[in-house]
Amino acid sequence: MNVFLLYRDRDPDLEGEALPHNAEALTQDLGLTNLFDAMAAGDPFLFEVARKTMLASLLDPEAIRYRQDVLADCLANPAVVRRLYAIAVEGVQAQRKIWLFSLKSSSPDSILRQSQQLLRLLVEVLAALRAVADEHASAFRSEGFVRLFDMLARELDDDYLRTVRYELDELEFRRGVLMSAELGRGNKGTRYVLRRTPELRWTDRFARRNRRSLSFEIADRDESGSQALTDLRARGINLVANALGQSADHVRSFFAMLRAQLAFYVGCLNLHERLTGKGEPVAFPTAEAPPSLALSAGGLYDPGLSLRLETRVVGNDLAADGKTLVMVTGANQGGKSTFLRSLGIAYLMMQSGMFVAAQSLRAGICTGLFTHFKREEDEAMESGKLDEELRRMSALADAIRPRSVLLCNESFASTNEREASEIARQVIRAFREAGVRIVFVTHLFDLARSVHRDSDGAALFLRAERREGGRRTFRILPGDPMPTSHGEDSYRRVFGAHAHPMPEAAPT
Amino acid sequence: MAESYSVLYSNPSGSAEARALAEPACLRDLHLDRVLARMTEGREEYGLAPVFFAPLSDPSEVQYRQDVSRDLERAEVHQAVEAFAAGMRRMRAHLRQVEKLHYVRQKQRWFVDAVDVYCAAVRSLAEDLKPLQVSSHGLRRFHQYLVDHTASETFAALARETDEVKRGLSDVRYTVHIKGRRVTVDRYDGEPDLSEQIEGTFARFKQAAADDYLVRLADSPEMNHVEARILDLVTQLYPTAFAKLNQFCAGHRSFVDRVIAAFDREVQFYLGYLELVARLRSAGLSFCYPEISSSSREIFVEDAFDLALADKLAMDGAPVVTNDVRLEGDERILVITGPNQGGKTTFARMVGQLHYLASLGLPVPGTSARLFLPDRVFTHFEREEDLATLRGKLEDELVRIREILDQTTRNSVVIMNESFASTTASDALLLGSEIITRLTKLGALCVYVTFVDELATLNEHTVSMVATVLPEDPTVRTFKVLRRPADGLAYAAAIADKYGLGYESLRRRLTR
Repeated sequence: MNVFLLYRDRDPDLEGEALPHNAEALTQDLGLTNLFDAMAAGDPFLFEVARKTMLASLLDPEAIRYRQDVLADCLANPAVVRRLYAIAVEGVQAQRKIWLFSLKSSSPDSILRQSQQLLRLLVEVLAALRAVADEHASAFRSEGFVRLFDMLARELDDDYLRTVRYELDELEFRRGVLMSAELGRGNKGTRYVLRRTPELRWTDRFARRNRRSLSFEIADRDESGSQALTDLRARGINLVANALGQSADHVRSFFAMLRAQLAFYVGCLNLHERLTGKGEPVAFPTAEAPPSLALSAGGLYDPGLSLRLETRVVGNDLAADGKTLVMVTGANQGGKSTFLRSLGIAYLMMQSGMFVAAQSLRAGICTGLFTHFKREEDEAMESGKLDEELRRMSALADAIRPRSVLLCNESFASTNEREASEIARQVIRAFREAGVRIVFVTHLFDLARSVHRDSDGAALFLRAERREGGRRTFRILPGDPMPTSHGEDSYRRVFGAHAHPMPEAAPT
Repeated sequence: MAESYSVLYSNPSGSAEARALAEPACLRDLHLDRVLARMTEGREEYGLAPVFFAPLSDPSEVQYRQDVSRDLERAEVHQAVEAFAAGMRRMRAHLRQVEKLHYVRQKQRWFVDAVDVYCAAVRSLAEDLKPLQVSSHGLRRFHQYLVDHTASETFAALARETDEVKRGLSDVRYTVHIKGRRVTVDRYDGEPDLSEQIEGTFARFKQAAADDYLVRLADSPEMNHVEARILDLVTQLYPTAFAKLNQFCAGHRSFVDRVIAAFDREVQFYLGYLELVARLRSAGLSFCYPEISSSSREIFVEDAFDLALADKLAMDGAPVVTNDVRLEGDERILVITGPNQGGKTTFARMVGQLHYLASLGLPVPGTSARLFLPDRVFTHFEREEDLATLRGKLEDELVRIREILDQTTRNSVVIMNESFASTTASDALLLGSEIITRLTKLGALCVYVTFVDELATLNEHTVSMVATVLPEDPTVRTFKVLRRPADGLAYAAAIADKYGLGYESLRRRLTR
């Protein structure tokens, strides 16, 4: 029985899908923990599911749409989805009522008894699940939910539940245990298989064999004999106990699967309630298949930042269709990093089938999202910093593919401008030629100016807005790079004199 | 022939192995102890070290082994012999079990199994070798022996009876019914399997492999008395099968042939080494059978390597650098110079290994080779200071070198590694000149690793070889040791495009 709520044709690995190698960098650079916290609403399990699902991006627009549809159903029926989730949790946790210690160290006999008890409980949870499905199936429209409810009705019908209850009773072994065997190594009995004891015929055979004395009895005081008999019985029961233990696991892992997949959508419900609760816009994005270079957004904002603030945050519009380089320059503290984060988060949300934190978004799917952010905590070890930056960029180059998106935040700022610009120019050129789309936030004027001068039309230049008087609006608007005159200003303010104008640096 | 056959010696009576009592001193310095450990890993029961400790001194004995080894390198021959050896190991394990057990019917069954395994192993080897047309004298003689042996009536009867007994026992099927303290035994009558039924019922929930709840019930080979009583009842249900078992065990006490047993041990010497060879070949390295001479010193090896190091590198998936060795005319002494960690010691060790392995009759690292069959291989490697001696380190070294030179003949190979490395350059030059002059007079083949450039051109018998670096980046060692004048280059640190992020190299990386 498959759940198929996250993918049309498969259930994800419960241990989590393979995350990209840079999952940790993404989490840190984009500040994703805030977002996962909001999705988790205090539940560590929801947190993990949100984290793993969001970081394991989908690359197929159909797969994205499949999740968007399921999520739309959830947004329309939040109470039913939360109830289904509660039942799944109950199924997963049923064994806590029974197993006080690990089954692994038990005897076949106690594995058998405990699995039997557990399955008796699970059967009732299955019945409850079907009841919810029966009652609410008609309110759901998405392919994922329709399939799931159909399956529950079919696989968990009354006949089936009755059969399960009967077979669990049979394992009480009221007529003793019968097992077959062969001669194994050194003539020891082997391949013990528990057999169904024939109901009527057995008594006849029993009497007949007794006459021929092919039976014996263990004496009451023969303790090693009774132990041996217990061991032998264990050999017979072993396979059945294994089958029953595994069956209990299978049922339980069905609930676990159901829980893990619903957990993602419950997380989305939680986030949705938080954002819309404070009046922030959300929208289902349009994800276009590669090689689309679409990238247009309206009111794009950083949901992680918004969740930390009482008020709504500033959103930005972006029109970067067909651009392979977006270079963002301008004032410090002007919202450049926030803008970069909002874009990165939008890609991750879009490609996990979620709504995005924007009024609208249409974008080409990226085959991989990479971040190269200046790391504040490295500032202490000045000498190794460029090394560290280069090492990170180099590691990233090993993993990056065409149609990946690379978000650079003040890369190479740990060395002087001339050197940093030269390194950055070479890196940018090589990446773009390899089909990587780059959004580069920088205060390196030498870099921005030379890139602008050689611009081929596929580059977009944005600037953090600064109004008259230096007031920042946190808006990122189209604008060519400007020489940073703030330093000049400061100089004048502090020294009260003009700095000697720098000679134009010859671009390399 | 049974009296005088060995797969290791064409003339076993005066075999070198018989004389070799201890490990030759050069083994550790050359890392050949590691090679021995690797090739005998899992083969401890055969006691092969004495064979390894006994290099051959007769070129025709070397030839005998090279021929056998060539045959064994053929995949089909190799497989046949490996299968035989595995069978013999299983047989011995079974016989050990017979000794340990208590109940007679158990001992008997293990004994039958041992005989069964033995017959199969011997017969398969005779059969398998037949179409393979082995060409070595060593294996041809053994195969003929096997053919004769398996055709004998004794062997045929042994095999036939074993089969009959086994078939009788494997047909036995019975049921045990336990209720309370009563146990009832009967013939099995097709009662349905209960676990299959359970699995069927819950199959629809199955997603992936589930945890295993099969309890590992202690399965000692012994029986307890309840099992023994059940077996007694099974005996009554199937009397004929057990009567045959009785007769068989009474009739065959010792059944292993002595010549076959000896072959089983000795052939492991080849198999162990060839296993190592195969592993390294799959890492792209070559081995060859050297042409052996006990007179000519004009040796050469192409694309050779340090076997012990290559084994380690190959395990780590790291590349192995190969090197050539060549001596022509009156050349006798290879003087190796170059940067630290540049592969000088490895090269010296390699030359020693090549000669030692060749004198064991084994294939050596390289694509082709001609080697000299030495009387001894001597090594002098720098040692950790030995606190037990009161002499200083330099003097200690000189004493050891003296001991070596006293035993060295014109037929010896001497490997001197960084001798006097911890003295001043002028001392090292003075002492090195002395030693090399002495070795020259002795006429021995020698490798001399040093940091003193002048020693490389000491006389007309020395050959200068240098551990090289990349011309464009002298911080990168190539581990190639080449014939060229010692130049004592200063290896300045060169700034490379260290992280591969320059435009050209990054572009190359991204278009991989």
